Parts: sequence; structure tokens; C-alpha cells
Amino acid sequence: MSKPKFAYVHLAACSGCEISFLDNFERLLDMMDMVDIEYMTLIKDATDIPKVDIVFVDGAACLQSEDAVETLKKARENATYLVAWGGCSSTATINNFSRGGQLPQPQHESFPPIKRLVKVDASVPGSPPGPGMAYNVIRAFVEGDLDYLKYLSSYSLGGFACGCDLWKDIVDNGLCIGCGACAMACPTRAITMVEGRPNNVFERCVKCGACYAQCPRSFLPTAAIEKLMDRLMED
Amino acid sequence: MAYQGFGKYKEVLSARSADEEIRNIAQDGGTTTALLCFALETGFIDGAVLTKKSSREWVPAQYVATTRDEILQSAKSVYALSPSLYRLKEATRERALSKVGYVGLPCQIEAVRKMQLYPFGARDIVESLALVIGIFCFENFYPESLKAIVEGLGEEPLEDVVRMRCASGKFRTEGEKGIIVPLKQASRYIQDGDRICPDLVSEWADISAGSVGSDPGWNTVFLRTKKGHDFFQQATGAGAIETKEISEEGLKALEKLAVAKKDRAKKHIAKREELGLYVTRDIYY
Ligand code: SF4
Ligand code: SF4
Repeated sequence: MSKPKFAYVHLAACSGCEISFLDNFERLLDMMDMVDIEYMTLIKDATDIPKVDIVFVDGAACLQSEDAVETLKKARENATYLVAWGGCSSTATINNFSRGGQLPQPQHESFPPIKRLVKVDASVPGSPPGPGMAYNVIRAFVEGDLDYLKYLSSYSLGGFACGCDLWKDIVDNGLCIGCGACAMACPTRAITMVEGRPNNVFERCVKCGACYAQCPRSFLPTAAIEKLMDRLMED
Repeated sequence: MAYQGFGKYKEVLSARSADEEIRNIAQDGGTTTALLCFALETGFIDGAVLTKKSSREWVPAQYVATTRDEILQSAKSVYALSPSLYRLKEATRERALSKVGYVGLPCQIEAVRKMQLYPFGARDIVESLALVIGIFCFENFYPESLKAIVEGLGEEPLEDVVRMRCASGKFRTEGEKGIIVPLKQASRYIQDGDRICPDLVSEWADISAGSVGSDPGWNTVFLRTKKGHDFFQQATGAGAIETKEISEEGLKALEKLAVAKKDRAKKHIAKREELGLYVTRDIYY
């Protein structure tokens, strides 16, 4: 296969996810070796979303903005594999709270997660996700590493997320082992650990979904970890 | 001879700290403490995220250690939940450490490796992890459970305990009185999540250590990754660690426990699935 083409589409968001993408520093060069970046307004002068193999969509499409919805649809149409990159696109994050009269324009009031508007192939929650996630997803796509990608397509990693997912799936089901990974992953420090269990301060939760995704008991990528261990045994 | 349930490793042996001061305060042979001290002295790490007993009632505290004295505070095992992964953020972001050591239980090592592959909320942490040491663990307790076992079943005030041990089917304390509670009885108080945990010997750590399998005062140590193996060699070469061969009987005893833990996990996962409950995707291996 020739080098896959890549596009990065930015909708309503704070740009933190885009910065996180670029925060790969020298690894960014590796990423450019893996894919041709055809469209990414921050680093390339292109105005139309071209046909590509993989697209990262960051941000939420505001329903009151025809432009935004059309851009999202176009991104979907033009790409084989669509990644909801970051909290705003995968769970709507902070946009969940933009009800009525908030930015960018007074009438812009609803920003659902993009999977309600188009089919999403992989969701990467986190506000923003660690830079390494961008590298890992692109590498897995290029190498066809389905073991890696399959977890990103599970419902709970995209959609309406919040700290309560930990209750619903993990704590309520007696799966939690009190490791603290959820509290570590939370960008707003909405989780404190009380008696070895996560306690969510709802006023601080922006519903990014990072806690649930990071929890070793939501999914455990056993096959991928075994591969990692093989690598670590050699070098 | 090939054993079941140990995961992959390059070498397994018995080890202990060469430093008597460490051995005297440690749980068993003090291997983990000695490795951490050696790693700090040689600049292999610039700090470590650890757990210590924080109160007279054995409530665990998680902290970032950057000196030998601070490392020594973690020398004994606390058999209670310690969500220490949270402190990795403090170590890398607030304290700006770039070579962090981490000591955790098997389930926490699982979380660390998942984080390495899927750093959803783990910016800067992955690159900064220098050494991952895993402890053997069969099960773990809420702090309140410890109270129920030691004070309820054992009738000894927690404050009088100076060391606790889970070994050979017994939960024991050392201190004023010193109690012995059969683990079968104590196990009623474990956290439920442990029942589906398949890992006894921290199969995914760089180095894992525990007591089962070795003589009293010694640790059983698995050297797993190249980094862990090389670092351990360096520590023994420099005289920080003493080693000896591990016996076949020792390994067999450990194997029995490791397999029992996997069987328990398999059984409990099946039970939960039967009830139609959500079970961690792909947990069993
Ligand atoms: S608790 Fe924190 S990590 Fe979890 S969804 Fe809320 S903001 Fe995100
Ligand atoms: S990350 Fe999951 S297992 Fe760990 S403390 Fe949070 S909810 Fe429990």
C-alpha cells in the first residue's frame, strides 16, 4: 500500500487536543514518515478536506452551525477511517455544558458527540489525550494492528461519558481494585480516592471519559501488553 | 523446568539486601527497598512513587520519595488498598522528576502497562517511568477490613502491630501480642475485585519480588525485562544485593499459589458472566 493520507479536522474545541497532537515533538517526524499529512490547518496551507485514508476529528460540531455539521459530514465522506480525537469529539466534554447563549455565538447551544451525527471508527477520550495516543493510533492504523484499535471502538469510550461510568461498570460490578489510575487520568482532578474507591466531585467533572478509558478494569489490552513485554525483554 | 503461572522472565532467584539496616526494617529480605536505594544513589531513578503506613492504624499513604530516608519509610508491607498511581502525576508534573520508579501490586502493574500503551490521561508519565517493580499479591483488604481481622478476629489493637504478614495460609502480626488468623477466615474481608485478578507474581513488571518460594529473610525475585535484568545485575555487582539459587520446592509452592489464583479468577469471571454482569474486557490471560 502506498503511504496513507491523513487529515486533521478541527471543530469547536479549545485546541488543546491539536496541541497535544503536536506535542509529540520529534515523534511527529515519525508520524510524518508513516502518513502524508494532507490537511491540518495549523501546519499546512490547505482549505478543502481532501480524500484521505484516516482523519482525526477534534472538537464538537455545533448543531446550530451549518458549516460545522457540513465539515463533519465531509470529513466522514472523504475518509476511510474516522477517529474522534479527544474529549470534545468523543464525549462532547465541556461542550456538554454549553447550553444556551454561550460561545462561540449566542445562539450556539448544542454540541453533541460526533458519533451522533456520523459513524465513528475509533474514539480517543481525554481532555486532551496524552500525545502518545496520536502516535499509537496512527501507527496501529498503518500497521493494521486491530488488537490495538478494537478497544477504541467500544461504546463506553465514546458517547456520553462521565466519572459515573466508573460506578456503572467498574465499582458496581465489584471490579475496582483501588489502583488510582482514574484519579491520575482525570484532567480536572474531579476524582479523589476515598477508602480505595473513586469519588467523583461532579462540579469538576467535564465528562471527558479519560478516567473510564484509563481504568485497567474497563478493558485490559492483554495481547498488546504481552507484545510490549516481549519487546521489553529484548531491549 | 517449566512452571505455570509465572509469566515470562529471564531469571528467577532468591535475593536479599546486603545492607543489614534495610534487612532489619524490611518485610522479608528487603530486596525491593535495597534496589530502590541503589537506583537512587546511581541516578537510575530520581524518585519513586511508594506506599507506607501512614498512621498507627495502618492506613496506607501514597507518596513520592526522593531520598534514601524516604524510601526506607516504605520498607514494610501494608496489606490495604493504596491507590498510588495517582501520585505518578505529582512525581512527573509537580516535582518534575524524569526517571521515576514505581512499586505496585500486580493489578497496578497492569494499569501501568495499559497506560504505557494507551496514555489517555497519562501525559509525560510514560516517558518518565524508569523502573517498574511488582510485588507478589494474592489478595488485598480495605483499611477497615484490616481492623476487622486484627481487632475483631485477632483481638489485638491495630496500633500494637509492628509488622503483618500473609504467608503459608496464615495472616500473622508481630507486635505486643501477635495474632494468627487462618487466611481462609481473613479472606472473607478481601476486596471483591481481587477475586477476578489472575496475576500473583506481577507478570508484567521489570522486576517482581515477594516472599513465597524463598527461605525466611529472603525474597523470590523474577527478572523480567532487559532493563530490569541489567539493573539487577548492576546492583548485585555493586554489592547492594546478595543472591542465591532458589529451590525447586520453593518454586513449586509458588507455582501452586499462582495457579490457584488464576483458577479462582477464571471461576469468578464465569460466575459474573453467568449473572450477566459486565466483566473487564480481555482480562484473563
Ligand atoms: S471524572 Fe475527570 S476524567 Fe472522568 S469524565 Fe470527569 S473530568 Fe473526565
Ligand atoms: S482506575 Fe478503575 S480499578 Fe483503578 S481505582 Fe479507578 S475505578 Fe478502580
